[in-house]
Amino acid sequence: MLALVSPALLVILALIVLPVGWLAWQSIYHDGFTLENYRRVFTEDVYWRSFALTFEISLAVTAIALLLGYPVAYLANSVPKGWSILILSLVVLPFWTSVLVRAYAWLALLQRTGVINQFLRYLDVISEPLALVHNTFGTVVATVHILLPFMVLPLYATMQKIPNDLMQAGASLGASPSLTFMRVFLPLSLPGVLAGCTMVFVLCLGFYITPELLGGGRTVMVSMLVSRNVELYNQFGAASAVAVVLLISVLVIFFVVSRFISLDRVLGQK
Amino acid sequence: MMRASPARIALYVVSALVLVYLILPVLIIAPISFSSARFLTFPPPSFSLRWYQQYFSNPAWMQATRVTLTVALLTVVIATPFGVAAAYAISQSKLRIMRLIHLALLLPLVVPIIITAVGIFFVYAKVGLVATMPGLVLANVMLGLPYVVISVLAGLQSFDPAQEMVARSLGMNRLRSFFAVTLPQIKSSVVAGGIFAFISAMDETIVALFISGGQYQPLTKRMFTALRDEIDPTIAAISTLMTAASFMLVLLASARQKRSG
Repeated sequence: MLALVSPALLVILALIVLPVGWLAWQSIYHDGFTLENYRRVFTEDVYWRSFALTFEISLAVTAIALLLGYPVAYLANSVPKGWSILILSLVVLPFWTSVLVRAYAWLALLQRTGVINQFLRYLDVISEPLALVHNTFGTVVATVHILLPFMVLPLYATMQKIPNDLMQAGASLGASPSLTFMRVFLPLSLPGVLAGCTMVFVLCLGFYITPELLGGGRTVMVSMLVSRNVELYNQFGAASAVAVVLLISVLVIFFVVSRFISLDRVLGQK
Repeated sequence: MMRASPARIALYVVSALVLVYLILPVLIIAPISFSSARFLTFPPPSFSLRWYQQYFSNPAWMQATRVTLTVALLTVVIATPFGVAAAYAISQSKLRIMRLIHLALLLPLVVPIIITAVGIFFVYAKVGLVATMPGLVLANVMLGLPYVVISVLAGLQSFDPAQEMVARSLGMNRLRSFFAVTLPQIKSSVVAGGIFAFISAMDETIVALFISGGQYQPLTKRMFTALRDEIDPTIAAISTLMTAASFMLVLLASARQKRSG
Protein backbone atom coordinates (compact mmCIF):
# COMPACT_ATOMS: atom_id res chain seq x y z
CA MET A 1 0.00 0.00 0.00
CA LEU A 2 2.88 2.35 0.74
CA ALA A 3 4.22 1.62 -2.73
CA LEU A 4 0.95 2.87 -4.19
CA VAL A 5 1.07 6.22 -2.43
CA SER A 6 4.77 6.78 -3.00
CA PRO A 7 4.61 8.45 -6.45
CA ALA A 8 2.07 11.00 -5.23
CA LEU A 9 3.87 11.42 -1.94
CA LEU A 10 7.20 11.92 -3.70
CA VAL A 11 5.71 14.71 -5.84
CA ILE A 12 4.33 16.39 -2.71
CA LEU A 13 7.60 16.03 -0.82
CA ALA A 14 9.74 17.33 -3.67
CA LEU A 15 7.47 20.15 -4.80
CA ILE A 16 5.91 21.53 -1.68
CA VAL A 17 7.53 20.15 1.48
CA LEU A 18 11.08 20.67 0.24
CA PRO A 19 10.42 24.15 -1.23
CA VAL A 20 8.69 25.37 1.94
CA GLY A 21 11.47 23.84 4.05
CA TRP A 22 13.98 25.60 1.84
CA LEU A 23 12.21 28.92 2.44
CA ALA A 24 12.30 28.36 6.18
CA TRP A 25 16.00 27.51 6.06
CA GLN A 26 16.82 30.47 3.85
CA SER A 27 14.99 32.82 6.20
CA ILE A 28 17.36 32.03 9.06
CA TYR A 29 20.58 31.07 7.28
CA HIS A 30 22.79 33.29 5.19
CA ASP A 31 26.53 32.67 5.73
CA GLY A 32 25.62 31.61 9.25
CA PHE A 33 22.51 31.72 11.36
CA THR A 34 20.79 35.05 11.56
CA LEU A 35 17.50 36.45 12.72
CA GLU A 36 18.08 39.65 10.79
CA ASN A 37 15.29 38.88 8.30
CA TYR A 38 12.75 38.41 11.08
CA ARG A 39 13.95 41.53 12.84
CA ARG A 40 13.21 43.44 9.64
CA VAL A 41 9.80 41.86 9.20
CA PHE A 42 8.77 42.71 12.73
CA THR A 43 10.30 46.17 13.02
CA GLU A 44 10.37 47.81 9.61
CA ASP A 45 7.38 49.91 8.71
CA VAL A 46 6.87 48.57 5.19
CA TYR A 47 6.45 45.04 6.49
CA TRP A 48 4.31 45.92 9.47
CA ARG A 49 1.95 48.02 7.43
CA SER A 50 1.59 45.32 4.82
CA PHE A 51 0.76 42.65 7.40
CA ALA A 52 -1.72 44.98 9.13
CA LEU A 53 -3.34 45.87 5.81
CA THR A 54 -3.56 42.22 4.78
CA PHE A 55 -5.29 41.25 8.04
CA GLU A 56 -7.64 44.22 7.77
CA ILE A 57 -8.58 43.41 4.19
CA SER A 58 -9.00 39.72 5.03
CA LEU A 59 -11.28 40.57 7.98
CA ALA A 60 -13.34 42.95 5.84
CA VAL A 61 -13.59 40.44 3.01
CA THR A 62 -14.62 37.67 5.43
CA ALA A 63 -17.28 39.85 7.08
CA ILE A 64 -18.71 41.00 3.75
CA ALA A 65 -18.66 37.47 2.35
CA LEU A 66 -20.55 36.24 5.43
CA LEU A 67 -23.14 39.03 5.15
CA LEU A 68 -23.69 38.33 1.46
CA GLY A 69 -23.30 34.56 1.62
CA TYR A 70 -25.57 33.76 4.58
CA PRO A 71 -28.82 34.96 2.99
CA VAL A 72 -28.02 33.12 -0.25
CA ALA A 73 -27.22 29.87 1.58
CA TYR A 74 -30.36 30.33 3.72
CA LEU A 75 -32.52 30.85 0.66
CA ALA A 76 -31.00 27.87 -1.16
CA ASN A 77 -31.73 25.77 1.92
CA SER A 78 -35.36 26.87 2.23
CA VAL A 79 -36.61 26.56 -1.35
CA PRO A 80 -37.64 23.41 -3.29
CA LYS A 81 -34.82 21.27 -4.66
CA GLY A 82 -34.92 22.55 -8.25
CA TRP A 83 -34.51 26.14 -7.11
CA SER A 84 -31.72 25.35 -4.70
CA ILE A 85 -29.80 23.58 -7.46
CA LEU A 86 -30.21 26.66 -9.65
CA ILE A 87 -29.03 29.01 -6.88
CA LEU A 88 -26.03 26.83 -6.05
CA SER A 89 -25.08 26.54 -9.74
CA LEU A 90 -25.09 30.31 -10.02
CA VAL A 91 -22.87 30.49 -6.92
CA VAL A 92 -20.41 27.94 -8.29
CA LEU A 93 -20.42 29.23 -11.86
CA PRO A 94 -17.85 32.03 -11.35
CA PHE A 95 -15.76 29.52 -9.38
CA TRP A 96 -14.89 27.84 -12.67
CA THR A 97 -13.82 31.04 -14.35
CA SER A 98 -10.14 31.81 -14.06
CA VAL A 99 -9.20 34.38 -11.43
CA LEU A 100 -7.40 36.32 -14.17
CA VAL A 101 -10.49 36.44 -16.33
CA ARG A 102 -12.49 37.79 -13.41
CA ALA A 103 -9.84 40.40 -12.61
CA TYR A 104 -10.19 41.54 -16.22
CA ALA A 105 -13.97 41.63 -15.92
CA TRP A 106 -13.80 43.78 -12.80
CA LEU A 107 -11.42 46.18 -14.52
CA ALA A 108 -13.94 46.45 -17.35
CA LEU A 109 -16.75 47.09 -14.88
CA LEU A 110 -15.08 49.39 -12.40
CA GLN A 111 -12.54 51.55 -14.21
CA ARG A 112 -13.09 55.26 -14.89
CA THR A 113 -14.56 54.62 -18.32
CA GLY A 114 -16.00 51.31 -17.19
CA VAL A 115 -19.53 50.00 -17.34
CA ILE A 116 -20.62 51.13 -13.88
CA ASN A 117 -19.25 54.66 -14.17
CA GLN A 118 -20.81 55.08 -17.62
CA PHE A 119 -24.12 53.81 -16.36
CA LEU A 120 -24.13 56.14 -13.35
CA ARG A 121 -23.24 59.09 -15.57
CA TYR A 122 -25.95 58.14 -18.00
CA LEU A 123 -28.41 58.22 -15.10
CA ASP A 124 -26.95 61.61 -14.06
CA VAL A 125 -26.22 60.26 -10.58
CA ILE A 126 -22.63 61.45 -10.83
CA SER A 127 -20.86 64.01 -12.97
CA GLU A 128 -17.28 62.85 -12.43
CA PRO A 129 -16.33 59.17 -12.68
CA LEU A 130 -15.86 57.47 -9.31
CA ALA A 131 -12.51 55.91 -8.42
CA LEU A 132 -13.76 52.34 -8.07
CA VAL A 133 -10.62 50.44 -8.96
CA HIS A 134 -6.83 50.65 -8.60
CA ASN A 135 -7.43 51.03 -4.88
CA THR A 136 -8.46 48.98 -1.86
CA PHE A 137 -12.14 49.23 -2.76
CA GLY A 138 -11.66 47.50 -6.11
CA THR A 139 -9.48 44.85 -4.49
CA VAL A 140 -12.14 44.06 -1.89
CA VAL A 141 -15.00 43.94 -4.41
CA ALA A 142 -13.13 41.49 -6.65
CA THR A 143 -11.76 39.42 -3.76
CA VAL A 144 -15.18 38.94 -2.17
CA HIS A 145 -16.44 37.89 -5.57
CA ILE A 146 -13.79 35.21 -5.87
CA LEU A 147 -14.13 33.92 -2.31
CA LEU A 148 -17.92 33.99 -1.90
CA PRO A 149 -18.44 30.38 -3.08
CA PHE A 150 -16.08 29.22 -0.31
CA MET A 151 -18.49 30.85 2.16
CA VAL A 152 -21.80 29.77 0.67
CA LEU A 153 -20.99 26.08 0.15
CA PRO A 154 -20.04 25.17 3.76
CA LEU A 155 -22.93 27.32 5.06
CA TYR A 156 -25.37 25.48 2.83
CA ALA A 157 -23.93 22.08 3.77
CA THR A 158 -24.39 22.88 7.48
CA MET A 159 -27.89 24.30 7.05
CA GLN A 160 -28.92 21.16 5.18
CA LYS A 161 -28.24 19.14 8.30
CA ILE A 162 -30.44 21.27 10.56
CA PRO A 163 -33.67 19.29 10.96
CA ASN A 164 -36.79 21.17 9.94
CA ASP A 165 -38.66 19.72 12.93
CA LEU A 166 -36.63 21.94 15.24
CA MET A 167 -37.95 25.07 13.58
CA GLN A 168 -41.47 23.71 13.69
CA ALA A 169 -41.03 22.82 17.35
CA GLY A 170 -39.96 26.39 18.03
CA ALA A 171 -42.97 27.73 16.16
CA SER A 172 -45.39 25.36 17.90
CA LEU A 173 -44.09 26.55 21.27
CA GLY A 174 -45.16 30.03 20.27
CA ALA A 175 -41.87 31.57 19.15
CA SER A 176 -42.02 34.03 16.26
CA PRO A 177 -40.12 33.09 13.08
CA SER A 178 -37.39 35.60 13.89
CA LEU A 179 -37.03 34.27 17.44
CA THR A 180 -36.84 30.68 16.17
CA PHE A 181 -34.22 31.80 13.70
CA MET A 182 -32.13 33.60 16.33
CA ARG A 183 -32.40 30.94 19.02
CA VAL A 184 -32.49 27.72 17.02
CA PHE A 185 -31.35 28.06 13.42
CA LEU A 186 -28.53 30.58 13.77
CA PRO A 187 -26.70 28.76 16.61
CA LEU A 188 -26.98 25.46 14.74
CA SER A 189 -25.52 27.02 11.61
CA LEU A 190 -22.46 28.36 13.44
CA PRO A 191 -20.16 25.45 12.50
CA GLY A 192 -20.81 26.33 8.85
CA VAL A 193 -20.15 30.00 9.61
CA LEU A 194 -16.84 29.08 11.21
CA ALA A 195 -15.85 26.78 8.34
CA GLY A 196 -16.73 29.35 5.69
CA CYS A 197 -15.07 32.24 7.50
CA THR A 198 -11.89 30.23 8.07
CA MET A 199 -11.54 29.27 4.44
CA VAL A 200 -12.28 32.78 3.16
CA PHE A 201 -9.97 34.45 5.68
CA VAL A 202 -7.07 32.07 5.07
CA LEU A 203 -7.37 32.20 1.29
CA CYS A 204 -7.57 35.98 1.42
CA LEU A 205 -4.38 36.22 3.51
CA GLY A 206 -2.41 34.76 0.61
CA PHE A 207 -4.22 36.52 -2.23
CA TYR A 208 -1.94 37.78 -4.95
CA ILE A 209 -3.42 38.27 -8.41
CA THR A 210 -6.40 40.40 -7.45
CA PRO A 211 -4.56 42.98 -5.29
CA GLU A 212 -1.73 43.10 -7.81
CA LEU A 213 -4.02 43.85 -10.75
CA LEU A 214 -6.79 45.81 -9.03
CA GLY A 215 -4.98 47.44 -6.13
CA GLY A 216 -3.20 50.00 -8.25
CA GLY A 217 0.14 49.47 -6.51
CA ARG A 218 -1.07 51.09 -3.30
CA THR A 219 -2.67 48.04 -1.76
CA VAL A 220 0.47 46.07 -0.96
CA MET A 221 -0.65 42.79 0.54
CA VAL A 222 1.79 40.32 2.10
CA SER A 223 1.91 38.13 -1.01
CA MET A 224 3.01 41.15 -3.07
CA LEU A 225 5.70 41.86 -0.50
CA VAL A 226 7.01 38.35 -1.05
CA SER A 227 6.99 38.63 -4.82
CA ARG A 228 8.54 42.10 -4.87
CA ASN A 229 11.35 41.01 -2.58
CA VAL A 230 12.10 38.18 -4.97
CA GLU A 231 11.55 39.82 -8.34
CA LEU A 232 12.57 43.42 -7.80
CA TYR A 233 15.01 43.51 -4.92
CA ASN A 234 16.54 40.01 -4.91
CA GLN A 235 16.00 39.98 -1.15
CA PHE A 236 15.53 36.23 -0.91
CA GLY A 237 16.04 36.09 2.85
CA ALA A 238 13.48 38.79 3.55
CA ALA A 239 10.99 37.23 1.11
CA SER A 240 11.43 33.87 2.84
CA ALA A 241 10.90 35.35 6.29
CA VAL A 242 7.69 37.06 5.16
CA ALA A 243 6.50 33.80 3.60
CA VAL A 244 7.27 31.86 6.78
CA VAL A 245 5.37 34.34 8.96
CA LEU A 246 2.40 34.15 6.57
CA LEU A 247 2.48 30.35 6.56
CA ILE A 248 2.68 30.17 10.35
CA SER A 249 -0.31 32.53 10.61
CA VAL A 250 -2.30 30.26 8.33
CA LEU A 251 -1.30 27.08 10.18
CA VAL A 252 -2.12 28.64 13.56
CA ILE A 253 -5.58 29.61 12.29
CA PHE A 254 -6.20 26.09 10.96
CA PHE A 255 -4.97 24.60 14.24
CA VAL A 256 -7.18 26.82 16.41
CA VAL A 257 -10.21 26.20 14.21
CA SER A 258 -9.59 22.44 14.22
CA ARG A 259 -10.18 22.51 18.00
CA PHE A 260 -13.79 23.48 17.28
CA ILE A 261 -14.72 21.81 14.01
CA SER A 262 -13.31 19.09 11.80
CA LEU A 263 -10.83 20.41 9.25
CA ASP A 264 -12.43 18.18 6.62
CA ARG A 265 -15.40 20.48 6.85
CA VAL A 266 -13.23 23.55 6.27
CA LEU A 267 -11.51 21.98 3.28
CA GLY A 268 -14.91 21.16 1.85
CA GLN A 269 -14.58 17.41 1.96
CA LYS A 270 -17.70 16.73 3.93
CA MET B 1 -43.48 30.17 6.92
CA MET B 2 -43.76 30.12 3.15
CA ARG B 3 -45.98 33.23 3.35
CA ALA B 4 -44.22 36.24 1.83
CA SER B 5 -43.43 38.12 5.03
CA PRO B 6 -41.36 41.32 4.77
CA ALA B 7 -38.35 39.36 6.03
CA ARG B 8 -38.89 36.78 3.32
CA ILE B 9 -39.11 39.44 0.62
CA ALA B 10 -35.93 41.08 1.90
CA LEU B 11 -34.27 37.68 1.72
CA TYR B 12 -35.29 37.28 -1.93
CA VAL B 13 -34.09 40.77 -2.86
CA VAL B 14 -30.73 40.47 -1.09
CA SER B 15 -30.09 37.01 -2.54
CA ALA B 16 -31.01 38.16 -6.04
CA LEU B 17 -28.60 41.10 -5.79
CA VAL B 18 -25.81 38.85 -4.55
CA LEU B 19 -26.40 36.43 -7.41
CA VAL B 20 -26.26 39.30 -9.91
CA TYR B 21 -22.98 40.41 -8.34
CA LEU B 22 -21.65 36.86 -8.77
CA ILE B 23 -22.75 36.40 -12.35
CA LEU B 24 -22.34 39.86 -13.88
CA PRO B 25 -18.52 39.79 -14.26
CA VAL B 26 -18.69 36.37 -15.91
CA LEU B 27 -21.27 37.59 -18.42
CA ILE B 28 -19.69 40.94 -19.24
CA ILE B 29 -16.59 39.55 -20.93
CA ALA B 30 -18.14 37.93 -23.98
CA PRO B 31 -19.82 41.14 -25.28
CA ILE B 32 -16.54 43.05 -24.84
CA SER B 33 -14.67 40.38 -26.80
CA PHE B 34 -16.99 40.87 -29.79
CA SER B 35 -16.66 44.64 -29.70
CA SER B 36 -14.97 46.62 -32.43
CA ALA B 37 -13.72 49.28 -30.03
CA ARG B 38 -10.04 49.63 -29.22
CA PHE B 39 -10.76 50.48 -25.61
CA LEU B 40 -13.13 49.00 -23.13
CA THR B 41 -16.52 50.42 -23.94
CA PHE B 42 -19.85 49.05 -23.01
CA PRO B 43 -22.17 48.51 -24.71
CA PRO B 44 -19.86 47.77 -27.66
CA PRO B 45 -20.30 50.15 -30.63
CA SER B 46 -20.45 47.35 -33.19
CA PHE B 47 -19.87 43.65 -33.58
CA SER B 48 -16.44 42.47 -34.66
CA LEU B 49 -14.20 39.44 -34.55
CA ARG B 50 -10.99 41.45 -34.73
CA TRP B 51 -9.84 40.51 -31.21
CA TYR B 52 -10.24 36.83 -31.98
CA GLN B 53 -8.27 37.43 -35.16
CA GLN B 54 -5.58 39.22 -33.16
CA TYR B 55 -5.36 36.27 -30.84
CA PHE B 56 -5.21 33.56 -33.49
CA SER B 57 -2.75 35.44 -35.68
CA ASN B 58 -0.31 36.37 -32.92
CA PRO B 59 2.56 33.82 -32.69
CA ALA B 60 3.30 34.70 -29.06
CA TRP B 61 -0.29 34.02 -27.95
CA MET B 62 -0.38 30.82 -30.01
CA GLN B 63 2.87 29.57 -28.53
CA ALA B 64 1.51 30.34 -25.03
CA THR B 65 -1.68 28.44 -25.86
CA ARG B 66 0.33 25.41 -26.97
CA VAL B 67 2.31 25.52 -23.73
CA THR B 68 -0.88 25.72 -21.65
CA LEU B 69 -2.57 22.83 -23.43
CA THR B 70 0.55 20.65 -23.33
CA VAL B 71 1.12 21.33 -19.64
CA ALA B 72 -2.53 20.70 -18.77
CA LEU B 73 -2.65 17.42 -20.71
CA LEU B 74 0.62 16.12 -19.27
CA THR B 75 -0.58 17.14 -15.81
CA VAL B 76 -3.71 15.02 -16.20
CA VAL B 77 -1.77 12.07 -17.60
CA ILE B 78 0.58 12.08 -14.60
CA ALA B 79 -1.58 13.37 -11.75
CA THR B 80 -4.54 11.06 -12.42
CA PRO B 81 -2.78 7.68 -12.01
CA PHE B 82 -0.70 9.01 -9.10
CA GLY B 83 -3.82 10.35 -7.40
CA VAL B 84 -5.90 7.23 -8.03
CA ALA B 85 -3.17 4.96 -6.66
CA ALA B 86 -2.79 7.15 -3.59
CA ALA B 87 -6.55 7.42 -2.95
CA TYR B 88 -6.93 3.66 -3.32
CA ALA B 89 -4.11 3.00 -0.86
CA ILE B 90 -5.47 5.53 1.62
CA SER B 91 -8.95 4.03 1.54
CA GLN B 92 -7.82 0.39 1.79
CA SER B 93 -4.91 0.55 4.17
CA LYS B 94 -5.29 0.51 7.92
CA LEU B 95 -1.79 1.82 8.54
CA ARG B 96 -1.87 4.80 10.89
CA ILE B 97 0.63 6.71 8.79
CA MET B 98 -1.94 6.82 5.97
CA ARG B 99 -3.88 9.48 7.85
CA LEU B 100 -0.76 11.64 7.83
CA ILE B 101 -0.08 10.92 4.16
CA HIS B 102 -3.66 11.84 3.33
CA LEU B 103 -3.15 15.21 5.01
CA ALA B 104 0.19 15.68 3.21
CA LEU B 105 -1.52 15.16 -0.14
CA LEU B 106 -3.92 17.99 0.68
CA LEU B 107 -1.06 20.40 1.50
CA PRO B 108 -1.26 22.18 -1.88
CA LEU B 109 -4.74 23.38 -0.85
CA VAL B 110 -3.59 24.58 2.55
CA VAL B 111 -0.30 26.34 1.87
CA PRO B 112 -0.87 29.78 0.36
CA ILE B 113 0.00 29.47 -3.30
CA ILE B 114 2.37 32.43 -3.28
CA ILE B 115 4.54 30.60 -0.71
CA THR B 116 4.53 27.42 -2.77
CA ALA B 117 5.42 29.44 -5.85
CA VAL B 118 8.40 31.22 -4.32
CA GLY B 119 9.63 28.00 -2.70
CA ILE B 120 9.48 26.10 -5.97
CA PHE B 121 11.25 28.97 -7.69
CA PHE B 122 14.19 28.75 -5.25
CA VAL B 123 14.42 24.96 -5.60
CA TYR B 124 14.14 25.10 -9.39
CA ALA B 125 16.80 27.80 -9.55
CA LYS B 126 19.21 25.39 -7.83
CA VAL B 127 18.46 22.41 -10.07
CA GLY B 128 18.00 24.29 -13.36
CA LEU B 129 14.29 23.71 -13.87
CA VAL B 130 13.32 27.37 -14.17
CA ALA B 131 11.76 28.22 -17.56
CA THR B 132 11.52 24.56 -18.60
CA MET B 133 8.60 22.41 -19.61
CA PRO B 134 9.29 19.58 -17.11
CA GLY B 135 9.45 22.16 -14.31
CA LEU B 136 6.08 23.59 -15.25
CA VAL B 137 4.45 20.16 -15.58
CA LEU B 138 5.82 18.87 -12.26
CA ALA B 139 4.53 21.91 -10.37
CA ASN B 140 1.09 21.49 -11.90
CA VAL B 141 1.02 17.77 -11.12
CA MET B 142 1.61 18.67 -7.47
CA LEU B 143 -1.14 21.31 -7.54
CA GLY B 144 -3.60 18.99 -9.31
CA LEU B 145 -3.07 15.92 -7.08
CA PRO B 146 -5.42 17.01 -4.27
CA TYR B 147 -8.35 17.30 -6.71
CA VAL B 148 -7.83 13.76 -7.98
CA VAL B 149 -7.34 12.37 -4.47
CA ILE B 150 -10.44 14.09 -3.07
CA SER B 151 -12.63 13.09 -5.99
CA VAL B 152 -11.49 9.46 -6.08
CA LEU B 153 -11.71 9.07 -2.29
CA ALA B 154 -15.30 10.28 -2.47
CA GLY B 155 -15.97 7.73 -5.21
CA LEU B 156 -14.36 4.93 -3.22
CA GLN B 157 -16.53 5.72 -0.21
CA SER B 158 -19.58 4.36 -1.97
CA PHE B 159 -17.70 1.34 -3.25
CA ASP B 160 -17.92 -1.90 -1.32
CA PRO B 161 -14.39 -3.36 -1.00
CA ALA B 162 -15.95 -6.78 -0.45
CA GLN B 163 -16.54 -6.95 -4.19
CA GLU B 164 -12.84 -6.84 -4.81
CA MET B 165 -12.35 -9.55 -2.20
CA VAL B 166 -14.75 -11.72 -4.12
CA ALA B 167 -12.85 -11.18 -7.35
CA ARG B 168 -9.62 -12.09 -5.60
CA SER B 169 -11.12 -15.17 -3.99
CA LEU B 170 -12.08 -16.22 -7.51
CA GLY B 171 -8.41 -16.18 -8.43
CA MET B 172 -7.73 -12.68 -9.75
CA ASN B 173 -4.67 -10.96 -8.44
CA ARG B 174 -4.93 -7.60 -6.75
CA LEU B 175 -4.01 -5.60 -9.84
CA ARG B 176 -6.44 -7.40 -12.13
CA SER B 177 -9.26 -7.23 -9.65
CA PHE B 178 -8.67 -3.49 -9.30
CA PHE B 179 -8.89 -2.93 -13.04
CA ALA B 180 -11.75 -5.38 -13.59
CA VAL B 181 -13.93 -4.65 -10.57
CA THR B 182 -13.02 -1.45 -8.76
CA LEU B 183 -11.97 0.93 -11.51
CA PRO B 184 -15.13 0.60 -13.65
CA GLN B 185 -17.23 1.54 -10.62
CA ILE B 186 -15.19 4.61 -9.66
CA LYS B 187 -14.55 5.64 -13.26
CA SER B 188 -16.72 8.75 -12.99
CA SER B 189 -14.86 10.14 -10.00
CA VAL B 190 -11.54 9.37 -11.70
CA VAL B 191 -12.60 11.27 -14.81
CA ALA B 192 -13.99 14.14 -12.72
CA GLY B 193 -10.72 14.33 -10.74
CA GLY B 194 -8.74 14.36 -13.98
CA ILE B 195 -10.88 17.15 -15.40
CA PHE B 196 -10.42 19.24 -12.25
CA ALA B 197 -6.66 18.70 -12.49
CA PHE B 198 -6.82 19.87 -16.11
CA ILE B 199 -8.75 23.03 -15.22
CA SER B 200 -6.40 23.67 -12.30
CA ALA B 201 -3.40 23.47 -14.65
CA MET B 202 -5.10 25.58 -17.30
CA ASP B 203 -5.93 28.36 -14.81
CA GLU B 204 -2.75 28.21 -12.74
CA THR B 205 -1.04 31.59 -12.78
CA ILE B 206 1.01 32.37 -9.70
CA VAL B 207 3.51 29.51 -9.84
CA ALA B 208 3.91 30.10 -13.59
CA LEU B 209 4.70 33.77 -12.93
CA PHE B 210 7.76 32.72 -10.94
CA ILE B 211 9.03 29.61 -12.69
CA SER B 212 8.08 29.97 -16.34
CA GLY B 213 9.89 32.02 -18.93
CA GLY B 214 11.25 32.21 -22.45
CA GLN B 215 9.25 30.17 -24.91
CA TYR B 216 7.67 28.08 -22.14
CA GLN B 217 5.28 30.69 -20.80
CA PRO B 218 1.68 29.56 -20.40
CA LEU B 219 -1.28 31.67 -21.48
CA THR B 220 -2.01 32.86 -17.95
CA LYS B 221 1.45 34.36 -17.50
CA ARG B 222 1.15 36.31 -20.76
CA MET B 223 -2.35 37.43 -19.81
CA PHE B 224 -1.17 38.61 -16.41
CA THR B 225 1.61 40.68 -17.94
CA ALA B 226 -0.75 42.09 -20.55
CA LEU B 227 -3.30 43.03 -17.89
CA ARG B 228 -0.66 44.78 -15.82
CA ASP B 229 0.70 46.78 -18.74
CA GLU B 230 -2.20 47.69 -20.99
CA ILE B 231 -5.70 46.45 -21.33
CA ASP B 232 -6.49 45.16 -24.77
CA PRO B 233 -9.74 43.41 -25.75
CA THR B 234 -7.62 40.51 -27.06
CA ILE B 235 -7.63 39.45 -23.41
CA ALA B 236 -11.43 39.46 -23.50
CA ALA B 237 -11.38 37.13 -26.50
CA ILE B 238 -8.95 34.76 -24.76
CA SER B 239 -10.96 35.01 -21.54
CA THR B 240 -14.16 34.10 -23.35
CA LEU B 241 -12.52 31.06 -24.93
CA MET B 242 -10.99 29.97 -21.60
CA THR B 243 -14.29 30.37 -19.78
CA ALA B 244 -16.13 28.41 -22.45
CA ALA B 245 -13.53 25.64 -22.20
CA SER B 246 -13.79 25.51 -18.39
CA PHE B 247 -17.57 25.40 -18.43
CA MET B 248 -17.67 22.61 -20.98
CA LEU B 249 -15.20 20.59 -18.92
CA VAL B 250 -17.17 21.17 -15.72
CA LEU B 251 -20.41 20.13 -17.39
CA LEU B 252 -18.65 17.02 -18.62
CA ALA B 253 -17.34 16.27 -15.14
CA SER B 254 -20.66 16.78 -13.40
CA ALA B 255 -22.54 14.78 -16.03
CA ARG B 256 -20.17 11.91 -15.33
CA GLN B 257 -20.52 12.25 -11.58
CA LYS B 258 -24.31 12.26 -11.88
CA ARG B 259 -24.27 9.11 -13.94
CA SER B 260 -22.36 7.35 -11.18
CA GLY B 261 -25.15 8.61 -8.92
